[in-house]
Amino acid sequence: MQKFAAQFFDEMQLDSASVREIYVAYQHWLKDVPHHQLESKRQEAELLFRRVGITFNVYGEADGAERLIPFDVIPRLISAKEWTHLSAGAVQRVCTLNMFLHDIYHNQEIIKAGIVPSSILANSQYRPEMFGVDVPNQVYAHIAGIDLVRTSESQFYVLEDNLRTPSGVSYMLEDRKMMMRLFPELFRRYSVAPVDHYPQVLLKNLRAVAQVGVQDPTVVVLSSGAYNSAYFEHAFLAQQMGIELVEGQDLFVRNNAVFMRTTQGPQRVDVIYRRIDDDYLDPLVFNQDSMLGVPGLLSVYRNGGVTLANAVGTGVADDKATYIHVPNMIKFYLGEEPILENVPTYELRKEEDLKYVLAHLHKLVVKEVQGSGGYGMLVGPAASKKEIEEFKLRMLSKPANYIAQPTLALSTCPTLVEKGIAPRHVDLRPFVLSGKTVTLVPGALCRVALKEGSLVVNSSQGGGTKDTWILENDLLEDEPVTITAKAKNSKVESVC
Amino acid sequence: MLSRTADHLYWMARYIERAENMARVLDVTYNMSLVPNAAVSEAALWLPALEISGNVEAYDHEHDDYSAAGVIHYLAMDIDNPSSIYNTLRSARENARAVRVAMTSETWENINALWLEFSQFIGQDLAKHGLTEFCDWVKARSHLFRGVCFGTMLRDDAFSFVRLGTFIERADNTARLLDVKYHLLLPSQEEVGGAVDYYEWSAVLRSVSAFQAYQKIFSDTIAPWRVAELLVLRRDMPRSLHACLDEVTPILEQLSGLRQIECKRLAGELHAKLRFGKMQDIFQQGLHEFLSDFIDANNYLGAEIQRAFLSVTASQ
Repeated sequence: MQKFAAQFFDEMQLDSASVREIYVAYQHWLKDVPHHQLESKRQEAELLFRRVGITFNVYGEADGAERLIPFDVIPRLISAKEWTHLSAGAVQRVCTLNMFLHDIYHNQEIIKAGIVPSSILANSQYRPEMFGVDVPNQVYAHIAGIDLVRTSESQFYVLEDNLRTPSGVSYMLEDRKMMMRLFPELFRRYSVAPVDHYPQVLLKNLRAVAQVGVQDPTVVVLSSGAYNSAYFEHAFLAQQMGIELVEGQDLFVRNNAVFMRTTQGPQRVDVIYRRIDDDYLDPLVFNQDSMLGVPGLLSVYRNGGVTLANAVGTGVADDKATYIHVPNMIKFYLGEEPILENVPTYELRKEEDLKYVLAHLHKLVVKEVQGSGGYGMLVGPAASKKEIEEFKLRMLSKPANYIAQPTLALSTCPTLVEKGIAPRHVDLRPFVLSGKTVTLVPGALCRVALKEGSLVVNSSQGGGTKDTWILENDLLEDEPVTITAKAKNSKVESVC
Repeated sequence: MLSRTADHLYWMARYIERAENMARVLDVTYNMSLVPNAAVSEAALWLPALEISGNVEAYDHEHDDYSAAGVIHYLAMDIDNPSSIYNTLRSARENARAVRVAMTSETWENINALWLEFSQFIGQDLAKHGLTEFCDWVKARSHLFRGVCFGTMLRDDAFSFVRLGTFIERADNTARLLDVKYHLLLPSQEEVGGAVDYYEWSAVLRSVSAFQAYQKIFSDTIAPWRVAELLVLRRDMPRSLHACLDEVTPILEQLSGLRQIECKRLAGELHAKLRFGKMQDIFQQGLHEFLSDFIDANNYLGAEIQRAFLSVTASQ
């Protein structure tokens, strides 16, 4: 068992004897804190979260089932140097994906150049309705969540780009508030970059993507309502930005414009930060049974009467089939080398890859290109011989439908569990905001798989969250950190 | 503001107020049942509590008698009774949750905490013990709710709709309470001054926090017509009909601006009756008739407010 655990890179512990430098001060503090004290802090956090109503709904469960996402009191630390690297990589990626989305809905140069196969146009997430539609600033993914995992000191991978309606940012903000409340003394030891201006940056960006000529744009958050699992976040963001939280029934379309129904009559809406999937936005165009959307919304959108954030049709860019091509896209659109790597991916349509995969199935994860939510997936190391054989047959009948990746040795982070402090696997989702510029607030959602040995961090499967501390300066740096370097690290900005 | 948001805020406030008044009725009825020489039977004592909240018919479906245990459970905790305190507080919290953005975080957390705290009473047999604590708790939470709204909310339309909900509901509740009690107690009017009579009327006064006010204003034995005056016409009595309309009328003036809408006219008309009316004339007309007219008019006012500001189709 011991040997198995040592296979994973730990965020705090280099080996049983030494601690990574950024964690030295934290570990020094931690070793003097008795377990029961941490446990009582954890309980205090749970109580406060319940009181504030930071809960999510579980579909189909008995009435009133509002659950808490477990919160871990031990933070994940990211050094300033690491953050400079990660944030530059995330910005580069989002810039590229926005350029790709503009291209794929206009001239499709990338297909003509042979970088991306034309089969992408047949992807179910490609929205022909968006072809030729111009969106302000050519921004499609205004809010992007880039899922990162780490396997060693220097190796980070992009696991997934989330460009539709990525969620979780409210936990980034609320976890920080909670940590400052529970452990104020730690914030004196570390200079942790603040995150609470996120809603202001988001609002500024949303206002910046109003249609040309709109003087003082009205921005709203569109939610499917109090029964949505992420309702807390919708409400939280609207409140923090000081804007209306609307539902489909509050909006209507008239004269190529969108209005909301107010106590003083109709009021024009210019920018909609929607947290409803494409399929439910407009029953006249997409899912006809949708009660959540606004009839006629898409036609106004296409004619430039309103801005939607994120744009319709971004799903084609975060699909598994597209993911493979992102490194080449970066080279194609920006002429740069990718800063962040993709997880090595084998495309079974290629003969060489297929051969390798067949020989190493027990070590690989095989996914169906257009599948989601774990369907049509084989996890080699966990599968029986029989399952592997069965999957092999299905795979061979249509190899082009499959990709394969090595099972990643996700890094672990010390986590408070029942028996004490133990390593648990983590991932990281920073949020990239695009408006006039592309920016990140120095923070991220850190998800942790609470079950021992589990690599699944999703909240629906027992995952929790941790506060992520992006350090403004690294104690380990040889040279003294200057003020300018600090300012640069706290905010990465780039104009593409 | 969004019509739907206004609607949720308005109903949130109405439900909190309704729960408070229900708790008051339960508390007072319970206290009366402790008076040794109360001449009435258990049923005669508890039936009015159902009448005040308009629940007799629904209660009869499920129960054979008006026992203390049955009525208390039905009005406080019954999850199948939409107007039980359990359900009104639950509705208040659900309305709040739907528009938590539109209120201050203190207001929301207060209502959320209320709902979380409620769980401590679930499963308790309140008729056996703990009813007074429960009623005190509901009243205290309601006071806290009004206080946190008053102390933290911006004086904008959201605040106005919260206040509107509170006072429309309170006017209705006070009128019902007085109507049921006056009607029932009237026969004993001839023996004014008797001990039982004193307890009954002081209970009515206590149920609207008016007992001390009565003593202060009249410093005399409790007379039914003075109680009626206190709860109908006195504008300095915060739960009187007049005081409620004193709040409602200017809010509607301000919300409607220059628009000529029916709810504004209605409120003005109702307000004028209370402002310029005389108790003598009201008694001549018959207090019961007056109160039932008032309840109808207040209901109509509520419906017109709904139509003018709150329904989703209002502004289309």
